[in-house]
Amino acid sequence: MSPPRHKPFRVLPGFNLTLGYTLLYLSLLVLIPLSAVFIKTATGGWDHFWLTVTSPRVLASFRLSFGMSLLAAAINSVFGLLLTWSLVRYRFPGRKIVDALIDLPFALPTAVAGIALTAIYAPKGWIGSLATAYGIRIAFTPWGVLLALIFIGLPFVVRTVQPVLEDLEVELEEAAASLGAPRWETFRRVTFPALLPALLTGFALAFARAVGEYGSVIFIAGNIPMVSEITPLMIITKLEQYDYTGATGIAAVMLLLSFILLFIINGLQVWSTRRIGRTV
Amino acid sequence: MAAATASLNAAHLASLAAPRHYEDNPATRDTPWIKWMILTLSLLFFAGFLLLPLATVFVEAFKKGWDVYLAAISEDDALSAIRLTLIAALIAVPMNLVFGISAAWAIAKFEFRGKQLLITLIDLPFSVSPVVAGLIYVLLFGAQSWVGPWLIEHDLKIMFAVPGIVLATIFVTFPFIARELIPLMQAQGKDEEEAAIVLGASGLQTFWHVTLPNIKWGLLYGVILCNARAMGEFGAVSVVSGHIRGVTNTMPLQIEILYNEYQFAAAFAVASLLALLALVTLVLKTYIEWQAARSARDSQQG
Amino acid sequence: MSIQVQNIRKQFGSFTALNDVSLDFPTGELVALLGPSGCGKTTLLRIIAGLEQADSGNVILEGNDASSTSVRDRQVGFVFQHYALFRHMTVFDNIAFGLRVKPRAERPSENVIRKKVTDLLKLVQLDWLADRFPSQLSGGQRQRIALARALAVEPRVLLLDEPFGALDTKVRKELRRWLRRLHDELHITSIFVTHDQEEALEVADRVVLMNHGEVEQLGSPEEVWGAPKTPFVYSFLGAVNLFHGRSAPGEVQVGEQSLEHAGDALPAGTEVIAFARPHELDIDTDLSQPNGIRARITRIRAFGLTAHIELERNGPNDSVQHNEVELTLDRLVALQLRAGLEVRLVPSNLKVFQNPSPSTLSADHYIASGI
Repeated sequence: MSPPRHKPFRVLPGFNLTLGYTLLYLSLLVLIPLSAVFIKTATGGWDHFWLTVTSPRVLASFRLSFGMSLLAAAINSVFGLLLTWSLVRYRFPGRKIVDALIDLPFALPTAVAGIALTAIYAPKGWIGSLATAYGIRIAFTPWGVLLALIFIGLPFVVRTVQPVLEDLEVELEEAAASLGAPRWETFRRVTFPALLPALLTGFALAFARAVGEYGSVIFIAGNIPMVSEITPLMIITKLEQYDYTGATGIAAVMLLLSFILLFIINGLQVWSTRRIGRTV
Repeated sequence: MAAATASLNAAHLASLAAPRHYEDNPATRDTPWIKWMILTLSLLFFAGFLLLPLATVFVEAFKKGWDVYLAAISEDDALSAIRLTLIAALIAVPMNLVFGISAAWAIAKFEFRGKQLLITLIDLPFSVSPVVAGLIYVLLFGAQSWVGPWLIEHDLKIMFAVPGIVLATIFVTFPFIARELIPLMQAQGKDEEEAAIVLGASGLQTFWHVTLPNIKWGLLYGVILCNARAMGEFGAVSVVSGHIRGVTNTMPLQIEILYNEYQFAAAFAVASLLALLALVTLVLKTYIEWQAARSARDSQQG
Repeated sequence: MSIQVQNIRKQFGSFTALNDVSLDFPTGELVALLGPSGCGKTTLLRIIAGLEQADSGNVILEGNDASSTSVRDRQVGFVFQHYALFRHMTVFDNIAFGLRVKPRAERPSENVIRKKVTDLLKLVQLDWLADRFPSQLSGGQRQRIALARALAVEPRVLLLDEPFGALDTKVRKELRRWLRRLHDELHITSIFVTHDQEEALEVADRVVLMNHGEVEQLGSPEEVWGAPKTPFVYSFLGAVNLFHGRSAPGEVQVGEQSLEHAGDALPAGTEVIAFARPHELDIDTDLSQPNGIRARITRIRAFGLTAHIELERNGPNDSVQHNEVELTLDRLVALQLRAGLEVRLVPSNLKVFQNPSPSTLSADHYIASGI
């Protein structure tokens, strides 16, 4: 009898090469650079870090970025669900074009979106001039930030909910109908609960993207200190002042939030897999 | 992390290949006024938030006529911005392509400890703000960093030069191709690869003749989305570029400069090129989805 | 080519897939590895192919230890359960694949390849499908193409994993006969894995019965069917009535009643399991006799050549046991049986085993496995 073999046995070749390259590339380009943020923050000392992230201007930026991102993700959840429902359930002329264009915010460079939104909502723009007539200012206020964040987050909700709705068994609704449930009750008790994990995931993804968004917001925000400065802009401002530890301190807070969101989103995935037997 | 970008989703492909007719089924049909309300609300939202900005780009670009438009996009700084954008994408996309294939092969075809963690880490760049993505390279290679003095001494420019722009672009487009290929290759299993090996094929032959043809649509899909993001990235590149006109300006940065100088028509002219790229991307993406849906349907027949 | 496996062990975590398996597969025979799912048969096949590695033990191909030979160099033909045809290649290109990927020095010319593939397509009687894609074929056609692809590289042995598992019953029967004829033509040493006893008994020269990672019996279909060596083989092959009881001189005591049993005497009082096939049980309507076990007829199925009588009787702890008896139609008429009648079951032949694990099999019952 030959001795037990401990070397893992693999039929397909290339495991060591591909995994090795993957880990190397990942470490060099992502992990090591990201850890630099925390190292740099640590070398600046706790006091400096705390002073930076609790300074009124930075706190105001947190409030704006997080508040508007939450609001934008919520609005996208509602309208994203309606839009998904229309795309999946109804036939209407141009449906395929609408479906294809949903991904526009993924494909359109953020700077392009930013100047376009500004041109529309600035006081002299198409909609901005209308609003100004009623005394409402949109661009260069927090509402402008909100508009840009809605633009950027929409596809996350639609593209997360869409496959789940497409995959939903028609039999569920047929069963509910055969049991005498009215349409609305069927939606509330059968369809919506099945979509909920995907909807929450889409919400979290849209929120995560919105918090970090820069290009599409920066033109329309007006960047007025304490009023319409987003957090990523604060990092750039600190960098321009050569306050590297200040910049990394804010970045560390944002990264931490990203990790927490990533954790929550993974948790949502596990939950939805357990609940409806598939990942979203 | 779930669909952080568009992806070739099996359920979506299935519904493309065999659309269901919900409106013919009394159990899934909505009453007409509900239908019209939902359709109206969602399409108004769509038109206001997606269609309007897209149209604005082209309207603004041609506001002052063809001549201004042509002059704006053939100006020296614009051309050099276009060149730099192409260079960055030409380096970043192939790098991430090789990485994506390599990661997908390791993850989809083998079992090992920590696989789930690795998948999460590959997705990480998607959840990092582009500004932070730029910042990390400033921290590593900037004048104040550990290697900064050494780089200056040897006259090696990474920050505020092309290498920094390429690095930032690679970072923000890092997961695109990998995350497209991993689920695809996992779903395809390794039966066909094993069959090829039993028949005597080498690893490369197996990959080239068996794996690659099976993942070609997913691969193209990832490449196209990766390319769109690489050419359009603004935040990360803005941090590392230094905004030197004609030298370290990519197209999105050029747009910013023109816009801030109130040259709106010129800014929108350059923007229209990128918007066109976005439209081409969406057309290709839709085409690939239909092709992939077709081949998925074909391979399920019988 | 002969295949031997010696002392193969394979563990997946805490699950033992193969526990010290040693087998000899003589040259030119078609052998079936038969057993329930999870018995280790597919793992053994994959170890022989080199697609899996045993924790210990050796695979000997033609007298040479091939344990450390890679799957590429073992020259085995392997037919996957779901065929694993290359979906983007035509039938022709699928079959030609093994020849085209040979090193340049050994690679036949394109003309030779064409000739060979055409011959193989004729052999599997599908030469008109050369330009189709796998998705355009039926399950049975895919199966035959997978086989032709495996044969193209002239393997020394042919290994088939559940070759008919994914097909419907009718196609299955056809393909079984076809595989047998093909093997008689080629005489290549072949092993196939199946969980279907009918398939194994009908096609194979020899059957290896496996359970829980161990070999229960090896023999010709007649041997394993006619003389099962273990309770597992008895109950796995064909329908069977099961009685739990204690051994006594000349009989088996089942509760208060007894079954006559001459022959291989186990010490009195041993816990035993007794097996009788449905046709090995007779029915006696005279309840005054002491031997046999009482049961009540619940249903009579009298179509075909024989009649099947379903019966119920009371077992331990208020449980209801089911039995089935097969009688000739003449006997059925002679006995004037009807549902609800109380009768005695009298075995004409009884196979008695010592109960290996008295706790796990506590109830007597009838196992219907369909042949």
